[in-house]
Amino acid sequence: MTFHQINLTVNGEAEQVVVASNVTLMRMLRENLALTGVKNGCSAGECGACTVLMNGEPVNSCMVLAVECEGAEIITVEGLAKDHQLDPLQSALINEGGVQCGFCTPGVLMSARALLNRNPQPGEDQIREALVGNLCRCTGYTRIVEGIQAAAAISAAGGRP
Amino acid sequence: MIRNTHPTLPEFEYIRPQSVGEACDFLTRHAADARPFLGGTDVFVRMRDGVLNPKYLVDVKALPGMQEIRFDPQSGLTIGAAVNMNRVIAAAETREHYPLLADACRSVASYQLRSRATVVGNICNASPAGDTLGACLAFNGVLHIQSSQGVRQELLSNFFRGPGKTTLQTGEIAAALFLPLPHAGSQGVYIKLGRNKLSDLSLVGVTALGYPDPGAPSGYRFRLILASVAPTPLIAKQAEDCLAAQPVTPASIQEAARLASEACAPIDDVRGSARYRKQMVKNLSARALTSVWEKLNRRGQNDISSD
Repeated sequence: MTFHQINLTVNGEAEQVVVASNVTLMRMLRENLALTGVKNGCSAGECGACTVLMNGEPVNSCMVLAVECEGAEIITVEGLAKDHQLDPLQSALINEGGVQCGFCTPGVLMSARALLNRNPQPGEDQIREALVGNLCRCTGYTRIVEGIQAAAAISAAGGRP
Repeated sequence: MIRNTHPTLPEFEYIRPQSVGEACDFLTRHAADARPFLGGTDVFVRMRDGVLNPKYLVDVKALPGMQEIRFDPQSGLTIGAAVNMNRVIAAAETREHYPLLADACRSVASYQLRSRATVVGNICNASPAGDTLGACLAFNGVLHIQSSQGVRQELLSNFFRGPGKTTLQTGEIAAALFLPLPHAGSQGVYIKLGRNKLSDLSLVGVTALGYPDPGAPSGYRFRLILASVAPTPLIAKQAEDCLAAQPVTPASIQEAARLASEACAPIDDVRGSARYRKQMVKNLSARALTSVWEKLNRRGQNDISSD
């Protein structure tokens, strides 16, 4: 089996990893870089627990090969907080009770962050549509949606977007 | 034996050719055990499930032109094979001239899957359930296929040969989809019936498109294409002809929907029974055609009032 040396940026840090062809971005992030906030739910692009941002767009990292990420910029849930300050989305999800077991939370946060980046004031329908690819078996979604609405309201009021 | 629910991908070699020639050569030399791939959203799942086990995956996304989406107001829209569905949805040209394709793309899985999934990949996968195939057929799409012999053009209406089966030959790469300019005044709708409101595979998918045509006895032409009810996407020709031949009325729409239901040959599967699907083809075809007819009339009224 051939190994590939990959250079990429993860959460703002330049990284160099050596991976086999069949290693997914998810496995590389978890196993080479110890970013275990990236969760392995279904390994089939259904559940969204492994969602990360790749060049600004959310992807299921179980459905991307690590070797495809040469030169890519990846953001995982570990990269959301800045200078020990949670992203307002993280604070809002905590405050609104949008977290129960927490397994889906990193993926939900990344999908929601991407949504707010492309549409800072989404309506409820747009939030629900953006979360179609993030399955949560605990919350019933209502409080997750409320958390994202609260984060959007905070950024509209001049908080960090 | 307990099935591993988190299987890793089986071993394979990742190949990224630098030119079309190199890619086609490699695929020809390794005909039995190499596959081209785009977003991977179908091929990875099938490899994990043990359905596919290629020795080589050939990443064709970086080949020249694959990432381009280009609109020519004289001829139409060209979508490079590696353009993901979110880009197709976001492109102003799609929204303005081919909104039916944008709607069909939006019905596919989830936003993060559509960051990877491509329309050309959806076509090459040739699933009878493919959501975007109906819109591409309705717009008379043409696939640009590259090989070491050059480029050939294949009408999509001739491309699908069965579930997962197409006219694509060993060593050929689907490079782009071309959609000619839609007929003036075209209105379309895609109705997808899944087990939930969003993101599921279709139980039945109905694509309808209509446009004024003074050459048709009814003054209109309709396209009606059905997903998930035959081995390939099904063009309901009799239904289309029915609405061209006689005045478009609630009764003729019902007749066309009945013809569509008769033309399809669904199977029983995990998502639904054949009998249910046949009934839903009738109901949803009537609904889709009615919706297109209403849009065509609204547009007509707007045109008159703006004169």
